[in-house]
Amino acid sequence: MDNKELELLKIIADMEGTPSGAYNIRANGKAFDRKVTENVDIKSKTDKAGIDIIIKAGTKGEKVHIPVIISESGHEEMVYNDFYIGDGADVEIVAGCGIHNCGSGNSRHDGIHTFYVGKNARVLYTEKHYGDGDGTGGKVMNPATVIHVAEGGYMEMETTQIKGIDSTIRNSTAVLGDNATLIIKEKIMTHKDQLAKTNFVVDMNGNGCSANLISRSVAKGNSKQVFVSKINGNNKCTGHSECDAIIMDNAQVSAIPEVTANHIDASLIHEAAIGKIAGEQLIKLMTLGLTEEQAEEQIVNGFLK
Amino acid sequence: MLRLENICFSAEGENGVKDILKNISLELDNGFAVITGPNGSGKSTLAKIIAGIIKPTSGKIYLDGEDITDLSVTERAQKGVSFAFQQPVRFKGITVHDLISLASGKEITVAQACDYLSQVGLCARDYVNREINASLSGGELKRIEIATVLARSTKVSVFDEPEAGIDLWSFNNLIKVFEKMHQTLGGLILIISHQERILNIADKVIVVSEGSVKNIGKKDEILPDLLGTASLGCKVLTDSLEG
Repeated sequence: MDNKELELLKIIADMEGTPSGAYNIRANGKAFDRKVTENVDIKSKTDKAGIDIIIKAGTKGEKVHIPVIISESGHEEMVYNDFYIGDGADVEIVAGCGIHNCGSGNSRHDGIHTFYVGKNARVLYTEKHYGDGDGTGGKVMNPATVIHVAEGGYMEMETTQIKGIDSTIRNSTAVLGDNATLIIKEKIMTHKDQLAKTNFVVDMNGNGCSANLISRSVAKGNSKQVFVSKINGNNKCTGHSECDAIIMDNAQVSAIPEVTANHIDASLIHEAAIGKIAGEQLIKLMTLGLTEEQAEEQIVNGFLK
Repeated sequence: MLRLENICFSAEGENGVKDILKNISLELDNGFAVITGPNGSGKSTLAKIIAGIIKPTSGKIYLDGEDITDLSVTERAQKGVSFAFQQPVRFKGITVHDLISLASGKEITVAQACDYLSQVGLCARDYVNREINASLSGGELKRIEIATVLARSTKVSVFDEPEAGIDLWSFNNLIKVFEKMHQTLGGLILIISHQERILNIADKVIVVSEGSVKNIGKKDEILPDLLGTASLGCKVLTDSLEG
């Protein structure tokens, strides 16, 4: 791996050197390196690109890294990764995709991640999306996440796209069983002419399940963001979605929340707020000696932290 | 060290242009000065003009002899002017520790941030990592606001009604904070206030009414006149009712 690729790994998966747990590093469409542990097995799919990650029931405290990097300009791929998290397991999964494109061809990573979270299992899943390189070629990522949480299971997903992705459509769907919990925290910053679309669809089928979808975003330049969240309360459940966006320059942001209650005990809330940075926030930081630009940067960084 | 020369400020109101400040000239040396006066007299406007948030329609401001009238908020802050807002601003995602670090101009440790918070009567460990968002009460925000000015420790510190929204117990501590600042900082502390107990510890009290300085002096000399101003207000009201 060259320095650029190692840097991408650090940015998207906080990886420096070899991680202690199981991992699979995919680089330019090939499995670059892999390690499995007694409790975490990783297998290549035989019928299509991608891997199966199988975590044994009862596994506690293991961390799994599955980063993807693309450094060849013009490389395009579609990858299927399936995660089977055994009953009662408690694990952390770190994914992420970094594209370095200094050529003229479009580099694209499309991935479908499917999670089967077992009964009473807990999983913390983080993914970061990042692009850089000064070529004219586009950096495109379309991550899809399909989530099944069984009875009493818990999944928390943190998804971050901070820089450099020209176009992204992010589809996440989830089906929740009895007493299952889903938390999704999304952070997005777009600039220049970038486009970011987010679609969340959650079917709250189980008795006593809960979902919380939180999106914070900053849109700069001429970029465009669309946030769609649909929550269907099909049983006794609590669902909440929140979209909070800072708009700057000539950007456009749409927030389209939709909540549907199909059950008398479904309790659903949506909140959406879009606005520019408040003038008084800038002035407060300027009275501390910051310039207007520094103040803006602090406010944006804090908001997306 | 801070000199205001013929400061005027007018603003467009519902009934045409209104003169909010009329020819205010003041010389403020190092020490503890309080500006007081009825609501709507232009005190907060004056404080914002000193911080650079509002530009005067005419007049000059000098800091240590340097004309700072045309300097921005940032430039004045860098030259040593601090300002505590009457209604502090909230920030999503920025923690109390972040804000105090920004105020002090350098990365400070949790222990140092806690020290400033303790001085304003906040149990530091509970607050240092809290976000400055809607989860904080008005009184809590107000104390954090004062802590940011303490952390800056500049030669001019302006507080716009620091007592507003602070409970009585905290108010006692607030007086102590100002007394301690007065002893250790050695600069100018300028407070906009209605509180007699803040007037009590001032070296100089400035009464502003209807946009003009009506009186300057020690609290004991000023207080009878202050009461006079209040009764004048009543008389005007009575006249207009009778008329």
